[in-house]
Amino acid sequence: MEQTQDQTHYEVHLGDLFDGPMDLLLHLVKKNEVDIYDIPIALITQQYIEYLEWMKSLNIDVAGEFLVMAATLTHIKSRMLLPTQGEEVDDEDPRMEIVRPLAEFLQLKYAADDLMERDRLDWDVFVRRDFDETEPWPEGAPGDLIQVGIFELIDAFQKIINRTHPAYFLDLTPDTISVKSRISQITDILEERGSVTFQELFEAKATRRDIIVTFLAILEMAKFQLIRIMQHLESGIIRIFNG
Amino acid sequence: MDNLKAIVESLLFASDTPLTTHKIKSVLETADRKAISEVLTNLAKEYESGKRGFFLTEVAGGFQLRTRPEYRQWIRRLRETRPTRLSRPAMETLAIIAYKQPVLRSDIEYLRGVDCGGTLRTLLERRLIRVLGRKDLPGRPMIYGTTKQFLELFDLKDLTGLPTLKDLKDLGETWPNDSK
Repeated sequence: MEQTQDQTHYEVHLGDLFDGPMDLLLHLVKKNEVDIYDIPIALITQQYIEYLEWMKSLNIDVAGEFLVMAATLTHIKSRMLLPTQGEEVDDEDPRMEIVRPLAEFLQLKYAADDLMERDRLDWDVFVRRDFDETEPWPEGAPGDLIQVGIFELIDAFQKIINRTHPAYFLDLTPDTISVKSRISQITDILEERGSVTFQELFEAKATRRDIIVTFLAILEMAKFQLIRIMQHLESGIIRIFNG
Repeated sequence: MDNLKAIVESLLFASDTPLTTHKIKSVLETADRKAISEVLTNLAKEYESGKRGFFLTEVAGGFQLRTRPEYRQWIRRLRETRPTRLSRPAMETLAIIAYKQPVLRSDIEYLRGVDCGGTLRTLLERRLIRVLGRKDLPGRPMIYGTTKQFLELFDLKDLTGLPTLKDLKDLGETWPNDSK
C-alpha cells in the first residue's frame, strides 16, 4: 500500500492482493476448475490480461513481473496456434513452459501449508528459556561447533554493549589506529592460547569505546580470515580460533 | 546406575536447548548409549501415558521437553508477549529453502515469480535460514540453507522429518489454503 500526500486516492499494488503472477495464475486455474496439466491457454491468457486491465482501471499498480507473465502466456498462446512443422518427435507442448513452474509452485504451497500445520515453538509448544551466557566454556571435549553468522555476532555484541554503563558512551567514530593495535593484541592472545571466547575479549571494566574497537577488530580479522569464529552448539558460547 | 532415569530427566529439565545423546553420555561419563536411549524412550512413554503437561520430543538432533500443544493458550497468557508470526510469503520462501537447499536466491525467485530480498532478510534475521556459501558464478551469489533454529521451530528431528514433496497431497485433489 502506498499513499502520497499530493494524491487524493489510494494506490494499491497488485502484489498486495496476489503474491506474484504465479499466485494470480493459480487463482485463475482454480477458479475455472481446469486441470493444471491441460490448461486452456487462450481462456486463461484472456482472463489474466482482463484481470490486469481491471486492476489498472482501479488504479492498482501492476508490477513488472505480472506483465512478464502476460507476455509469456501470450507467447505460448501464439505458439499453440502455429502449425507444427515437419515431424519433430520431441516437439513439446508449448504450455509446459508454464505448467512445470506452476506445478512446482503448487507443490511448494502444500509444503508451506504442511509447515504451518506443525506444532511451532513459542506458538504451540514451549520450552524453558533464559540462559545466562556467562557460563564457562565446557571443559574437555569441545563439543559440536558451528560457524557463526553475522547476526549471532551482532546479537552477542549487543548483549555486551547493553551491559556497560551509558555514561561511558562518548564517541562512536572508531579510531582506526586503536583497531589496528587491538588486532595485534588479539593476535598475541591467539598465538599464545590458540583460542579465546568472544566474552573474554570484552573485559568487564571496558568502556563502550573499547568494546566497539574490539568488535571492529574481530570483524576486520574475520574479513582477512585471520581468525575463525565458532559457536558451541549447545551453550551458544562464541569462541575465536587462530585462522 | 539405578537412578539413571532420574538423572537424565534432571538433565532434560535443566537444559534449555535440545540435549543430544552424545552430550548426555559425556556428562554421565560412564553410561552407555543404549541405556540412555532406553531411558529416553521410557521417559517419553511415561509423559505420554501420565497425561503430563509436557512431552519429550526429538528435535534438531537432540531431546527436549516441551509443553503440550493443547495447553498453548495458558502458556501464551503466562508469557504475555506474542511471538511474531511468519507471513504467508515468508512461509513459502522458507519451504522452498527447506526443500531445495542449497539454493540460490535466483532459484527461489524463479519458483515464486517475485522478488524475495525482503523475505530472505527477515528469515536471516530470525535465523531460520543462513548463508551456506557463495556459488562460483558471476556476482558470486549466496547459497541459502536452513538452520538448527528452523528444526527447533517446526519440531523436526532433522530435515528428513519433512514429508517428501510427493507425499504432500496429490496435485489437483485439494487446493492449498488460500493466502487471502
